Amino acid sequence: MDDIEQLASEAIGAIDAADGPAALEALRVRYLGKSGVLTEALKSIGALPPEQRRRVGQTVNQAKQQIQARIGARRSELDAETLARRLEDESVDVTLPGRGAGVGGPHPITRTLGRMVEIFERLGFDVAEGPEIEDDFHNFEALNIPADHPARAMHDTFYVDGGLLLRTHTSPVQIRYMQHNKPPLQVVAPGRVYRCDSDVTHTPMFHQLEGLAVSEATTFADLKGVLVYFVRQFFEADLGVRFRPSYFPFTEPSAEVDVSCVFCEGGGCRVCKQSGWLEVLGCGMVHPEVFRHVGVDSERYTGYAFGMGIERLAMLRYGVDDLRLFFENDLNVLRQFR
Amino acid sequence: MLVSATWLREWVSSRIDVRELAERLTMGGLEVGGVQPVAGNLDKVLVGEIVDVEPHPRSAALKVCRVNVGRARPLQIVCGAPNAQAGRKVPTALIGTVLPDGRRLEKVRIRDVVSSGMLCSSAELGFDEDAAALMVLDDDAGPGTPLSDYLGLDDVSIEIDLTPNRGDCLSIAGVARDLSALTGSPLQSPDIRKVPARSRRRIPIRLEAPEDCPRYVGRIIEGIDPAARTPDWMRERLRRVGLRPISPVVDVTNYVMTELGQPMHAFDLARIARGIVVRRARVGERLVLLDGAAPELDGDALVIADRNAAVALAGVMGGRDSGIGPETRDILLEAAYFDPLTVARCARRYGLSTDASHRFERGVDPMLQALATERATRFLVDIAGGTPGPLVEAVSRPHLPRRSVIGLRYARIERVLGLKIPRRSVESILLRLGMSVRKAREGWRVTRPSYRSDLEKEHDLIEEVARVHGYDAVPSRPPQTGVSARRHPEAEVPVAQLRSTLINRDYHEAITYSFVDPALQALVAPRQAPVALTNPIASNMAVMRVSLITGLLQALAVNHSRQHRRIRLFEVGRVFEPAPDGSAEQGRLAAVATGLALPQQWGAPERAVDFFDVKADVEAVLAWSAASGAVGFRRTRRPGLHPGMSADILKSNRRIGWVGQIHPDIQRHLDIGQPVFVFELALEALQQGRVPSYARVSRFPASRRDLSVVVDADVEAEQLRRTAQSAAGSALVNFELFDEYRGKGIDSKRKSLAFGLTFQDNSRTLTDVEIDALVKRVIAAVESKLGAELRH
Repeated sequence: MDDIEQLASEAIGAIDAADGPAALEALRVRYLGKSGVLTEALKSIGALPPEQRRRVGQTVNQAKQQIQARIGARRSELDAETLARRLEDESVDVTLPGRGAGVGGPHPITRTLGRMVEIFERLGFDVAEGPEIEDDFHNFEALNIPADHPARAMHDTFYVDGGLLLRTHTSPVQIRYMQHNKPPLQVVAPGRVYRCDSDVTHTPMFHQLEGLAVSEATTFADLKGVLVYFVRQFFEADLGVRFRPSYFPFTEPSAEVDVSCVFCEGGGCRVCKQSGWLEVLGCGMVHPEVFRHVGVDSERYTGYAFGMGIERLAMLRYGVDDLRLFFENDLNVLRQFR
Repeated sequence: MLVSATWLREWVSSRIDVRELAERLTMGGLEVGGVQPVAGNLDKVLVGEIVDVEPHPRSAALKVCRVNVGRARPLQIVCGAPNAQAGRKVPTALIGTVLPDGRRLEKVRIRDVVSSGMLCSSAELGFDEDAAALMVLDDDAGPGTPLSDYLGLDDVSIEIDLTPNRGDCLSIAGVARDLSALTGSPLQSPDIRKVPARSRRRIPIRLEAPEDCPRYVGRIIEGIDPAARTPDWMRERLRRVGLRPISPVVDVTNYVMTELGQPMHAFDLARIARGIVVRRARVGERLVLLDGAAPELDGDALVIADRNAAVALAGVMGGRDSGIGPETRDILLEAAYFDPLTVARCARRYGLSTDASHRFERGVDPMLQALATERATRFLVDIAGGTPGPLVEAVSRPHLPRRSVIGLRYARIERVLGLKIPRRSVESILLRLGMSVRKAREGWRVTRPSYRSDLEKEHDLIEEVARVHGYDAVPSRPPQTGVSARRHPEAEVPVAQLRSTLINRDYHEAITYSFVDPALQALVAPRQAPVALTNPIASNMAVMRVSLITGLLQALAVNHSRQHRRIRLFEVGRVFEPAPDGSAEQGRLAAVATGLALPQQWGAPERAVDFFDVKADVEAVLAWSAASGAVGFRRTRRPGLHPGMSADILKSNRRIGWVGQIHPDIQRHLDIGQPVFVFELALEALQQGRVPSYARVSRFPASRRDLSVVVDADVEAEQLRRTAQSAAGSALVNFELFDEYRGKGIDSKRKSLAFGLTFQDNSRTLTDVEIDALVKRVIAAVESKLGAELRH
């Protein structure tokens, strides 16, 4: 009896000391195998007196179970150690760069334009486009800029074969839109425009966004409301906004819109020329002559229109100080706008 | 337009400071672009009188002057100016003066002679660039008076950026009128009296083109003193509005133009033969102008002529031969009203822009001519003497601009502005603006002042009311969100999605000019004639693009020259093609790629981008609008591309673009030493997508069989796919080409293609026997139709 218990205790010590699956298997064979120590002990029970058989049999079986359980536990321990070692071996330098293709980015003008259009779409504006090669009627005449008008001098116009011209603003889209849609209407028209001018602050091509709203009840107060909403959304700041009387042949009353300087917050700096204000767009109430050219009754309908330079807004938003960068397409610049 | 604040305040009494004044003008529509002091701090500069002048003992170029600056003893000052003469009054800077250029004056010895100050030129005082001579002051200037008191230098020049409709503000008087209306401060015009004639000499005037010139005022002044000098106060005022003093006659006409807004001209009477005729030019008539140009005139030009020939281009520029000179004693003063359009056309036709034409184009007050002539006569007689003759006015009243009565409805003001302005305020504003106002049933009947030719209709008056009342007073009405008019059809692929696709495939978006270099474009698209600009800004921006690739290649070349080696750019924009009715514009999406296929990285072999990388980009962009089976590539020979690597891109068998490698000739032209791949697609085709339609997914297992065949090298993979598909029918649900091999073990004119065939049926599991039969049919078809042999 004591031998059996002694044996089990020895076996457990050996199992705990086993350093690998092979050693463990050898121990299992030695104690529990077909001709293992305990198996033999069980076989020898038959030789014992009947009154002892039962008790010895129980003891041997207990020892067997004990050893069996211990081997199982030890095996799990060894498996876990092996796995832990393998995982340790598989560890990587997590600071190595990720693999695969890179990611490009949108042009800053596209990015700016996208935000602008999204703000107006939220207000229920349609989006329209028009041709970039225009005729005199849509670019000038219908916008109340007849030949010899002093305002034409402000538009250095590119002409192409056949008497057509490159549109000098997006305003002709107002005309085209009203020729095809009846009021009430609200529309913005983004696009490229061209002026025959090139220096530090002018590029011969740039982008504008035109806006137009016409209904039986549109007023200058609506124009102010929409544009104040727009600039505050665009700059994500509660900017001061002021409307200054100005002149455009196709609107009256006309205004230029200034916002408090986004760089110095109105205190005066180089960008705002110490004025505390930045001019961002022009606007006004649609001139009755414009309505006449597109057959809209100016007694029944009133409307407002506005136009803004995308490059100007992008420069203010992102702190770009050279307009010409937008058209150089230098990757070092483009990468900053992804 | 520059105005001096002092001059302005002479016309409108207002206690507001300059900052506030600028703000009021700006918020009233006269935008102030800048405010500059008319001089720096000159408090140690006094009026000095040169008492006597001695030669410098050691220098022939220098003089030693004794200068009276109102002190007990005169100062000794060494000076090199040629006009340092005894008796002259000149600005004298005392020791300790800091000049505008930062120099501080010390007591110095100039070649052993002590000099205790400096006699100044106008350049040294920061007034202008004239550094050659001392600035000479009027004889009656009091020695010792601080120069800033004497010249009234506590003043600023205000720059106003006028809009083209406000010709009435191109004068001190005009700005003063508007400032008075904006602030309510009273206008105080100077008392301009008639100057009685002291001779009987009249100039005969004939208006032969009264529609172009309905009013012409002329006056002869005889016997002026050619040696007279414009007084300092007038010289100073002219300087402050950006004009240079020249001679009393020129200065007076400039002064009156600046003050009242009436451009004036002075002729040398001796050069005018028997009177003035205002007429259209004779075709081919030549006139030598003051600037020396001698345009050949056409019949649209309006000229001032004497009985023989044209002597001035009306409202634009005087003639050289009739102009006044240093000897002129008898002059003819001209003040006229010319039709704005006539002057505008003439100025543009002959490429001239003058202070006069600028004002006439924008509309001069047609009632101003006599007044301006009186003003000028008074000044001229006071400064240079002379005997004025009678003022002669020729006028054609029917041709003067009409001032019709404008109806202004009270309700309309609120309808346009969204603001109710009290009736009394409206009336007050109109009156302050110089209108005559009568009450009417719905509002008022208004007559504009003669100087506001820009006011013609009711909405012009509404703008005036709003402007003077203040745009700030108009409320800002929160946006009324309506239902968006915008429709987004699901089948239309948004351009933003196409952009994102390329951005996610490592392309940067570029925006290039729509006008390109004709030479480069001729290489890229030699068969297409572009739309040419009539007035290009540069020869390499002379034609409109017919392909976005031209501009993208230029952008790529710029980046390459800036040491970038992996460049991937795309652009979305329009191309322009000549069309019968002018031009046709088409939206395109295009890309260029060069350098490594992937950014340089660890653990992946370096490989240059190739045709198939770029083809995959094309397929990715097209995936939004076309089922994979609808996209095809057809080998082509496109000029500008590598003949073996260029393909048309087809969508539903329609050609929608092209892809390929740029021809090495163009690569060389751009100085790029590595292959460049490009593609261009019609935007419309990319946006024409479809609404997905569900097809039932088979629940039965699919079986795949792989085959490998050897075919002639010119057999295309697409032919193999089509042949297999038509042989196997609808049970073949996928054909996957997974290997192309040429080289060892294969005839040099042949190649091996390996592909997987996946079979599946919607209603049952296909048996091995059925699949084997299908595979056999495929093999038989490719053997017979494509000359393929099965590899084992």
